[in-house]
Amino acid sequence: MSSITANHNADNQPITGLKAQLRRAERMKKIKAMLLVAPLALFLIIAFVMPISSMLWRSIDNTEVSSVMPLTAAAILDWDGQGIPDEAVFEAFAQELRESRAGGGLGRIGRRLNYEDPTFRSLLTQTLRGLPLSTEVSWTEELIGINARWNETSTWLAIQRTAPTVTDRYLLAALDLERDIDGKVAQIAENQRLYVSVFQRTLVIAGGVTLICLFLGFPLAYLLATLPPSKSNLLLICVLLPFWTSLLVRTAAWIVLLQSGGLVNSGLMATGIIDSPIQLVFNRIGVFFAMVHVLLPFMILPLYSVMKGVPSSYQRAAVSLGAHPFAAFWQVYVPQTVSGIAAGTILVFIMALGYYITPALVGGPSDQMVSYYVAYYTNTTNNWGMAAALGALLLVVTLLLYMVYHKLVNQKQLVRS
Amino acid sequence: MSLQPYASPIERIWFWVFRIFCGLILVFLMVPVLVIIPLSFSDSTFLTYPIQGFSLRWYEQIFSSGPWMDSLRNSLIVAPLATILAMIFGTLAAVGLNRAEFPGKGMILALLISPMVVPLVIVAVGMYFFFANLGLLNSYAGLVIAHAVLGVPFVVITVNATLQNFDYNQIRAGASLGASPLRVFFTVVLPQIIPGVASGGLFAFATSFDEVVVALFIASPSERTLPIQMFSGIRENISPAIAAMATLLILLSVVLLLVMELLRRRSEKLSTHR
Repeated sequence: MSSITANHNADNQPITGLKAQLRRAERMKKIKAMLLVAPLALFLIIAFVMPISSMLWRSIDNTEVSSVMPLTAAAILDWDGQGIPDEAVFEAFAQELRESRAGGGLGRIGRRLNYEDPTFRSLLTQTLRGLPLSTEVSWTEELIGINARWNETSTWLAIQRTAPTVTDRYLLAALDLERDIDGKVAQIAENQRLYVSVFQRTLVIAGGVTLICLFLGFPLAYLLATLPPSKSNLLLICVLLPFWTSLLVRTAAWIVLLQSGGLVNSGLMATGIIDSPIQLVFNRIGVFFAMVHVLLPFMILPLYSVMKGVPSSYQRAAVSLGAHPFAAFWQVYVPQTVSGIAAGTILVFIMALGYYITPALVGGPSDQMVSYYVAYYTNTTNNWGMAAALGALLLVVTLLLYMVYHKLVNQKQLVRS
Repeated sequence: MSLQPYASPIERIWFWVFRIFCGLILVFLMVPVLVIIPLSFSDSTFLTYPIQGFSLRWYEQIFSSGPWMDSLRNSLIVAPLATILAMIFGTLAAVGLNRAEFPGKGMILALLISPMVVPLVIVAVGMYFFFANLGLLNSYAGLVIAHAVLGVPFVVITVNATLQNFDYNQIRAGASLGASPLRVFFTVVLPQIIPGVASGGLFAFATSFDEVVVALFIASPSERTLPIQMFSGIRENISPAIAAMATLLILLSVVLLLVMELLRRRSEKLSTHR
């Protein structure tokens, strides 16, 4: 540092000693380190965190009506919900409905109000066509004259529900809940319930895939970790080659293998186990085969790296002390691999939760997971609030599990050092 | 694990049951990869065994078809650029994270790794809306940025791991001999962490080369990447042309695996030299 010879630091104050200089050098080092991290942190905040948080905002965003009809929204929020609103609300509504034709406002409020009542959009267009040109009229009478539904409390209550700038309807709907007339949270009609079963299905598929991966991955990782390196390296290639192979290639291969004229069916028929081809793909069986295949390496690799570090001497010692080999395995070996089991299990479960492509290609309609519905609402029906609400719930579950994973892996590193 | 000469019959049976079970799992892992290769040389239009006659018509088809070649070209534009971006950002950040302790380091590390964890469909929908506002929708730039985000955690993790046994006194030695920080980085640090940088880069490349969900949302038909082409091919009409492209992609994964192994050997050699 040049300031040692200059005898003055940047602020032109006398140097108080080596300690201060050291502190300053440490601080410089810290700042330099942070400057190195900053580009990536900024990049991720802009290109990753902001997109996701603005999407999450859509799950409570309710600004359609209040941005297109600000006066109506403000006026109707003061209405007590009895009978019909007074003339001022009718007048604001009629004026703003007329103005909404410009700039696509009508489409936005129409779509939003249709979530409340699927006939609202046509009611709005019909009303708009019937609005009188003169402004010196009683708007209450005019609107009721165009359509008697403007004389019903429920019509205005629907508009009132869309007036606040935030709403919990999408998040509630993602759990098959809604607010009833009194504003209390209640379950929706039984024949309309869907998402709770979608979440259950997602958890069942992800959990099942994780368990199968553990059941298959543990023995294989054990074999790999206990074989001499020359042999285990060869077998490890059989794990790593599928790992590096495109997900789409593997999914296509499973369709080829499992289809009705595929190798699995012809093999089963040749051995006489079945008489006619059975349906193995485009259903739950196909989803399990393909997902387990894709995710198995993510179970094997953490298990293998932990098992590599477990000395076999403890197990041998237990056997030499009279333990049954199975007891030695269960009580001595397995507990030493728990960190690998935990890491692999959570990793596979987290990845399986968000699966979209594989179920879309090898599953049937009743095997689609939450991700499918997020994509569906974004692409097909443009119901972004619903897409965001389902995505938000999926994200919360995933991040909670990720925190557990992070803690476990950190602890593992602490133990090692 | 090996069979002792004094093993009891039950132990012998268990030993072989265990071996056969593991053998079956390895078959399960390898069969899908192997089964699709011969089908790409079939002259039939159906992806079924037994293969009647051999031909290269499907390779001819993908190499002469506009959509397949366009999508391959798009992927070859996007993946390397995304990889380079991820390598630069990821390496700098990993070096910074290892250089000093600073407040919020754990949180920052969690942020840097999180693109690996968040379900792809959420990333895709988020970017779809956000990029639309920025004018990045349906552009190469948008795809490159998105794939760099998805690839960067791999670079951070691998470079971080290589830096664990890096001796920081070398930096001081370099500086005391009068080298500028940049020169120290390029002549002292980088040669030693290059295996980590490169293997992270390989992961990032493979991620971009195999990414469907985000690309489906933010790319228009003119930026259609190879995975999207594969995806719609599998979805609409699974023909041996897909098997031909799959075979090429398996070849690519063999290359990736070999390069990864070379990098691993090199980094082991570097760490034992000291």
